[in-house]
Amino acid sequence: MNSIEKNLLVQIADLHETPIGAYNIREDGAAAGRKSTANIEITTKTDKPGIDIRIKPHTKNESVHIPVIITKTGYTEIVYNDFYIGEGADVLIVAGCGIHNSGCDTSQHDGVHTFYLGRGSRVRYVEKHYGEGEGTGERIMNPNTIIYMEEGSYVELETAQIRGVDSTKRYTKIEASADCEVFVTERLLTHGKQTAVSEMDINMNGAGGKAKVVSRSVAQDESAQTFYPRMSGNAPCFGHVQCDSIIMGNAKVRSIPEIAANNVDAQLVHEAAIGRIAGDQLLKLMTLGLTSEEAEDKILSGFLK
Amino acid sequence: MLNIRGLSYSVETDKGTQSILKNVDLDIDSGRFVVITGPNGSGKTTLAKAIMGLIKPDSGTISYNGADITGLSVTERAKLGISYGFQQPPRFKGLLVTDLLSIAAGRDMQEGEYCSYLTQVGLCTSDYLGREIDAALSGGELKRIEIATILARGASLMIFDEPEAGIDLWSFTRLTDTFRSIHQNTGATIIIISHQERIIRLADELVLISGGEITQRGSVESVLPQILDDTVPECAYIGEAAI
Repeated sequence: MNSIEKNLLVQIADLHETPIGAYNIREDGAAAGRKSTANIEITTKTDKPGIDIRIKPHTKNESVHIPVIITKTGYTEIVYNDFYIGEGADVLIVAGCGIHNSGCDTSQHDGVHTFYLGRGSRVRYVEKHYGEGEGTGERIMNPNTIIYMEEGSYVELETAQIRGVDSTKRYTKIEASADCEVFVTERLLTHGKQTAVSEMDINMNGAGGKAKVVSRSVAQDESAQTFYPRMSGNAPCFGHVQCDSIIMGNAKVRSIPEIAANNVDAQLVHEAAIGRIAGDQLLKLMTLGLTSEEAEDKILSGFLK
Repeated sequence: MLNIRGLSYSVETDKGTQSILKNVDLDIDSGRFVVITGPNGSGKTTLAKAIMGLIKPDSGTISYNGADITGLSVTERAKLGISYGFQQPPRFKGLLVTDLLSIAAGRDMQEGEYCSYLTQVGLCTSDYLGREIDAALSGGELKRIEIATILARGASLMIFDEPEAGIDLWSFTRLTDTFRSIHQNTGATIIIISHQERIIRLADELVLISGGEITQRGSVESVLPQILDDTVPECAYIGEAAI
């Protein structure tokens, strides 16, 4: 693996060396490394590009890393990864895609990740997207994340795309049954002429479910973002959608949270705010010795932390 | 040593130009504890902001330790050791209390150091170290954290703009102890804008501003009785409710 490829892995998965636990590294459409463990089996799909990840019931404190890197300009792909999480398992799954495009053709990765969470299982899913390269070719990523949750399961979804991706259309769908807990945290920074669209459908179908969506984004320069998180309470449940955006330069941000209660005991809340960095925030940090630029950087990095 | 000469500031309003500060002269020796008081709208906060560089005066000069700082930015003044506690501090989504204290101190600190600053302003530290400075904090909590940042800054000139506003009775007592302790232990020059008699009584010197001008200054013993004598009870601006 060369230095460009190694850097992409550091950016998207904090991988400085071969990961501990199960892993599958995909590089320009080919397998660059794979390891299954006693409890986590990774196999190649036979009908379409992608892998199946099967985690045995009651597997605890294990992790799966499945980073994707693209370094060939003009390379595009659609990959289907399915995760079967056994009953009572508790695992960390780290995905993500890094594109280094040094050419003039579009490089694109569309990942369709489908999760089947068994009864009482817990998954923390971390996904980072990152783009770089001096070429004029676009870097495009369109992730689809579909999660089916059996009773009493728990999912924590952390997604981050900070700089470098020219266009993204993200779609997340979660179907939660009784006593499920859903936490979704989305972090996004666009700049230049980048565009980002994030849509979500979170359906709370069983009694006792809890869901919280926190979306924080920064739109700089001429970039444009649209957020459309939709949450439905179809049973007695609690749901909270919170979208905050900082807008800078000539950027544009649309935020359209939607909550739908289809049960009299569904308690749903949404909050959405878009605004520039407040002048008194900058001044406060400047009175602590930071320059205006340093203050802005602290405010943005804290906001997107 | 802080030296202010001929400081004037005005704003444009619907009714024309309104003078907020009128040719103010003020000298404050290093290590002094000075309280600036006066009716609402008299120009106290404007004067404090002008010292920090948060507003630019129309005319006049400000010198600190012999150097003319009138043209310096807020950041440059902060680096010279001037600090300012906002009357209404801003909130920051995502920044933690510890982040703000680290920025103030210019370094990351051990947990015990964060705790010592928070304890001084009456906050139970274990509840606050990991808290975001967001809307979940009450106005009083935010104000106390603001004061803690000034303490962490370790500045040679500390300006507090109505630090008591929004702080409850129990914490107010702690706050006066904190100011007394800073004065005794740090050697910093302290300027507090306040209406509270218990804070006023801590001062080495009391300055009264009225209508954009300094109308009286001197020891608390000499100036405070005159202020109280001149104050009509129904419209008193010296607050005793929280004392």
